[in-house]
Amino acid sequence: MFNRDRWKEILEVLTTNWFRTVLTAFGVFWGILILIILLSAGKGLENGIRADFGDIATNTMFMWTRSTTKAHMGLPIGRNFNYKTEDVETLWEKFPQLRFISPRNQLGGFGGNNNVIRGLKTGAYNVYGDYPEIIQQEPMAITAGRFINQSDIENKRKVAVIGLGVKNELYEAGEEILGSYIKIQGVNFLVVGTYKKRSGNGNGEEGQKEIYVPFTSFSQAFNRGNNVGWMAITAKDEFPITSLKMGIVNEMKRVHKIHPEDTRAIGFFDLYEEFNRVESLFGAMSFIGYFVGILVLLSGIIGVSNIMLIVVKERTKEIGIRRALGEDPWSIRKQILLESIFLTIISGMAGIVVGALFIYGVNALLDANGPVDMFMNPSVNLGVVSAALFILIISGLLAGFIPAQSAIKVRPIDALRTE
Amino acid sequence: MIEIKDLHKSYKMGSNSLHVLKGINFNVEDGELVAIMGSSGSGKSTLLNILGMLDEADSGTYVLDGIPIKNLNETKAANYRNKFLGFIFQSFNLINYKTALENVALPLYYQKMPRKQRQEKAMKYLEQVGLKEWSHHLPSELSGGQKQRVAIARAMVAEPKVLLADELTGALDSKTSYEVMELIQNINDQGNTILVVTHEPDIAQMCKRIVHLKDGVIVKDEKVKQVRAKVNV
Ligand SMILES: Nc1ncnc2c1ncn2[C@@H]1O[C@H](COP(=O)(O)OP(=O)(O)OP(=O)(O)O)[C@@H](O)[C@H]1O
Ligand SMILES: [Mg+2]
Repeated sequence: MFNRDRWKEILEVLTTNWFRTVLTAFGVFWGILILIILLSAGKGLENGIRADFGDIATNTMFMWTRSTTKAHMGLPIGRNFNYKTEDVETLWEKFPQLRFISPRNQLGGFGGNNNVIRGLKTGAYNVYGDYPEIIQQEPMAITAGRFINQSDIENKRKVAVIGLGVKNELYEAGEEILGSYIKIQGVNFLVVGTYKKRSGNGNGEEGQKEIYVPFTSFSQAFNRGNNVGWMAITAKDEFPITSLKMGIVNEMKRVHKIHPEDTRAIGFFDLYEEFNRVESLFGAMSFIGYFVGILVLLSGIIGVSNIMLIVVKERTKEIGIRRALGEDPWSIRKQILLESIFLTIISGMAGIVVGALFIYGVNALLDANGPVDMFMNPSVNLGVVSAALFILIISGLLAGFIPAQSAIKVRPIDALRTE
Repeated sequence: MIEIKDLHKSYKMGSNSLHVLKGINFNVEDGELVAIMGSSGSGKSTLLNILGMLDEADSGTYVLDGIPIKNLNETKAANYRNKFLGFIFQSFNLINYKTALENVALPLYYQKMPRKQRQEKAMKYLEQVGLKEWSHHLPSELSGGQKQRVAIARAMVAEPKVLLADELTGALDSKTSYEVMELIQNINDQGNTILVVTHEPDIAQMCKRIVHLKDGVIVKDEKVKQVRAKVNV
């Protein structure tokens, strides 16, 4: 099949009309190039967005309270209520599928008053009362010291872990941080660690300006009793939180005597669902990449097919002669198919190579100019390249099929008659 | 070598049908050199194409060297053409992007003979038609007579049972025609069976037998005293 004479002939045929061959090849080249660029751009966007999600445990929901909108069991409409620390126990009991339940309290917030003082410096920061597990639901890198631990919780130690943003504003460069004190709403806390969150964790700079203190000391210092502001609940990987969340919400309604049809009283956000929505966006993007790329490729293939038809037409007489001399029709068909596959693959390879160079160039640019929002490391993997090659071979076959068929339909006497 | 009985062939053109061969009966022995003559449109080429398995008869039988030729599929027909028949055409029909040697070697390539062996054999036949030095020239660099000799070498190279030549001198001047006929006579002298379709009486006289075709039937079939081409050159 791949003997020397065949290759010689393929080259002879394709090089007789260089200009035409190159023009034809360009169609396929262009199609593959666009396919590769679209897929890599999609990948870049995906990489960027995934980096924004970071290592957050995505199988997570957040749940908070609002006022009731229905009277129930003798309790009035518009009632405010709080989650209690006992609710955590209840949830653990009722939902063994859960992995983490972090009750949280919060101070300060967006554009609030200055609530933290250190010496002469002040700042407005989000202060959270948390359990140690929170670091697995909202990952951060500890850059110095340590995070809150279980004994802090048990002993209600007044310790704090501060973000790099807080450190930059409250401390001079080179100042010793660990072991220093900050005053949060008049209460002194010992700084035991600093953290850094991945940049662009949804809220960017804001994420570095947080302070974490033990849940128990928070409650005590700021008089929260056993109230819980909100909860971050993560399920084990094999149980999507999306399918558990209504059960959890209903359980809370029952515990807090809320009308079962009161949809406002408990607020929640399903990160997993959101994440899946983005996931399906990635799917859609690569679908569009393939779709558009393959359509462009298709027009290239039609070009190849068209030229091969013309080639067959031009060679009608030659084909007639060859058949009169006893060439098997299969051999003729194979010849035309090979010419078409060869042309397609060569031009497709050129497209892949140029596409790879292009991606390389974009990456070099990105590296040189620093990170860009929502775009990171565009790339195509080996899978895509092999898929492209596979598509090319199939395309070549498709492009050659009709011409090859028309070549073997040539009857030798008819071909020889055409003068 | 060739036995045909009651061969009929008609061409359909729309609702009309043109009856071209109306019952041809004729035999060719091994080693014969037969000329087929007749006015234009008498069906000579049609007959030759059927003998060459390029076309099929409507009815009648055709036996080539003991093998009945009928209901061939394309692959089989190609195979038979390759092994049993050599074609020489008026317009040479060389493949223009292949050298003389490659053209001659083509039938052997279709037999999947190894490259080296193929080239040696093709060279031997090129030498026989006196074109050894021209082996690496393209057809466009050859004269009409040289092209036809390449075509003859190509027809001979697979050592077929029968050579079929349709107006092989039709495109050549008389001097070149005679040179080509001399070659044909030499090949025939070696025992090859050859059928030549021609218009020209002097070419026909260089064969050993002349078959006259008229309106689709054989009207005359005579043995003649062969005129050697060499004398005329
Ligand atoms: N494919 C075809 N379709 C229709 N009619 C055909 C076809 N081939 C040949 N004919 C007709 O058949 C008749 C015989 O044709 P053929 O080619 O056999 O004649 P010929 O004897 O070789 O003539 P010439 O000496 O001109 O070559 C002619 O009338 C021709 O028009
Ligand atoms: Mg004719």
